[in-house]
Amino acid sequence: MLLALRLAVRNLIGAGLRTWLNALVLSFSFVVIIWLKGIMVGWDHQAKNDMTDYEIGGGQYWHHLYDPYDPLSLSDSHAPVPSHVKDEIQAGDMEPVLVVPGHIFPRGRMQSVVIKGINPAQTIWKLPTGELDADTDAIPAMIGAVMANGTRLGQGDRVMIRWRDTNGTFDAAQILITAVFSSNVPSAEAGQVYVPLERLRKMAVMHDQATILTFRDGRSQRPEIEGWILKTKAELTRQVDDMIKAKTVGQSIFYGVLLLLAMLAIFDTQVLSIFRRQKEIGTYIALGYTRKEVVGLFTVEGAMHAVLAAFVATLYGLPFLAWQAKAGWTIPMEASEFGMAMAQTLYPVYTVGLVVSTALLVTLATAVVSYVPSRRIARMNPTDALRGKLQ
Amino acid sequence: MSISGSGLLAAVGVLLLGVEACTQPNADVILERVDRNMHSENRIVESRMTIHGRRGSRTMTSRTYSVGDRQSFTEYLSPAREAGTKMLKLEDQLWIYSPPTDRIIQISGHMLRQSVMGSDLSYEDMMEDRRLTDVYTAELRGEDFVDDRETYVLHLKARVTDIAYGSRTIWIDTERYVPLREELYAKSGQLLKRTSFSDVMQIEGRWFPTTILFKDMLKQGDGTEFRMTGIQFDQEIPDHIFTKAALRR
Repeated sequence: MLLALRLAVRNLIGAGLRTWLNALVLSFSFVVIIWLKGIMVGWDHQAKNDMTDYEIGGGQYWHHLYDPYDPLSLSDSHAPVPSHVKDEIQAGDMEPVLVVPGHIFPRGRMQSVVIKGINPAQTIWKLPTGELDADTDAIPAMIGAVMANGTRLGQGDRVMIRWRDTNGTFDAAQILITAVFSSNVPSAEAGQVYVPLERLRKMAVMHDQATILTFRDGRSQRPEIEGWILKTKAELTRQVDDMIKAKTVGQSIFYGVLLLLAMLAIFDTQVLSIFRRQKEIGTYIALGYTRKEVVGLFTVEGAMHAVLAAFVATLYGLPFLAWQAKAGWTIPMEASEFGMAMAQTLYPVYTVGLVVSTALLVTLATAVVSYVPSRRIARMNPTDALRGKLQ
Repeated sequence: MSISGSGLLAAVGVLLLGVEACTQPNADVILERVDRNMHSENRIVESRMTIHGRRGSRTMTSRTYSVGDRQSFTEYLSPAREAGTKMLKLEDQLWIYSPPTDRIIQISGHMLRQSVMGSDLSYEDMMEDRRLTDVYTAELRGEDFVDDRETYVLHLKARVTDIAYGSRTIWIDTERYVPLREELYAKSGQLLKRTSFSDVMQIEGRWFPTTILFKDMLKQGDGTEFRMTGIQFDQEIPDHIFTKAALRR
């Protein structure tokens, strides 16, 4: 085996430019696959962290009628806060949120919104809720950057908001935008107006009521609460997993094309090698090599392209990947338009598993592509091969 | 016993106030007289509804059969896209038939809060059939002029909780006892909607406004104009009109 490796290295180096061109093409596959996969892992980390920090905390209990995708059901999805979680709320480890549908009228245009009542003193999210604790004649309110862009509202602006109380009676008042936050989580920003919880409870005549209970610690086992549905962090971030899975499938096609190009080059090289080195093959057999061993020798030689490619990829890929991990990749379109938790700049995260699996994938593909043409050797007549007769 | 000058003045004042009180009817009486004009046993109305939006206006025509406040059947006649759409209201239930889907949908719960055909009216506004005197306490606030017509200004404050508008003000023509303007307010007192009634005509012995302009005061736009092009009171309307089967006919 050692001899095979030595021979393979010698033959590869001897092939000169052809070998290095193959290795270069293959190294692109290495670098691009690792980079793209790193972007996916980075997106997964960022999306889940941002969702935790701005929306879901460690997990949530939803009122059993609450369905964020059915605005018509929002008016009914509230209930008194269960008494046995009040200690946790008191300790600041759980935050009740009341959700009430409403409309705002920026510049006379009616827009549906979800009014969320949130505790200004909360510490579970990174939302700047302290800004809601403002002394103003209007209702202090906070909106996300996505909403601010859509409505052209900014900090200090006033706008009319209309809602219905628990009996269905209309009410309306001015809100004052005291803060605009940016979270990379469209579902925490789009069409949502945050106001102080107690204020909203008064406005909607829903004293001590809540729609969502968000807890801080997502690791411990949570009990079931009657009338409320437990949503673990894994469930609440499933859409990110599904999206990344779908994107990964799409990217696999790209990886496939990249690998295919590299493999074509290696396949051609192997075919040419076997064609041009028939005398060498005959000599190996005459020296006592079995056909299997000769096939193995050529396969190892082909597969060595992957090793060389890894070396070349390290030379230019390592600085590139390290720079990307630091500078990130800025998406050339508005990330909030994806409708998913996604930062404008994604920072790739490379794990050992990712690098090893990519290296194995490329090496295995190269070995297979090297083996396929080498099988012809098994069918060669050694005497003819020694004579260099074309077969 | 002699009467002092100031006492005489006070007595005259009381007398004048009494006369004034006698000439200005009670708020409930005014509403009742309005009811007599506006409500009928049944009616058939042909109307044209023009919705003035930001990107232009669109007009649709319809024919409505109604019995009291509890039953009504509307068929949209034009434009072609809406023609054949029918709405049936029976008591507190509402169904809509849409020809393209050939389906009858019941509008209930929070769907009632949606706009009717994109207009400034909600299904709920259409469905409101409780008499104002049953759900509001009326107070006569004085007199005013609307379009050069002298009106009584009635302020209505909700006395039940399950009602869309906490209060409303109605301007009622002092001679013809028809509303000329109505304003609907939020609980906070914020003006939400204004309705203007015009083209008041005497039809079959009663005064009736034939053009109504609904305007959501928080929204831009010129509102929704509802013009009645034909109205017949107390007609024979067959019972089968007010059945779900009539929606598909």
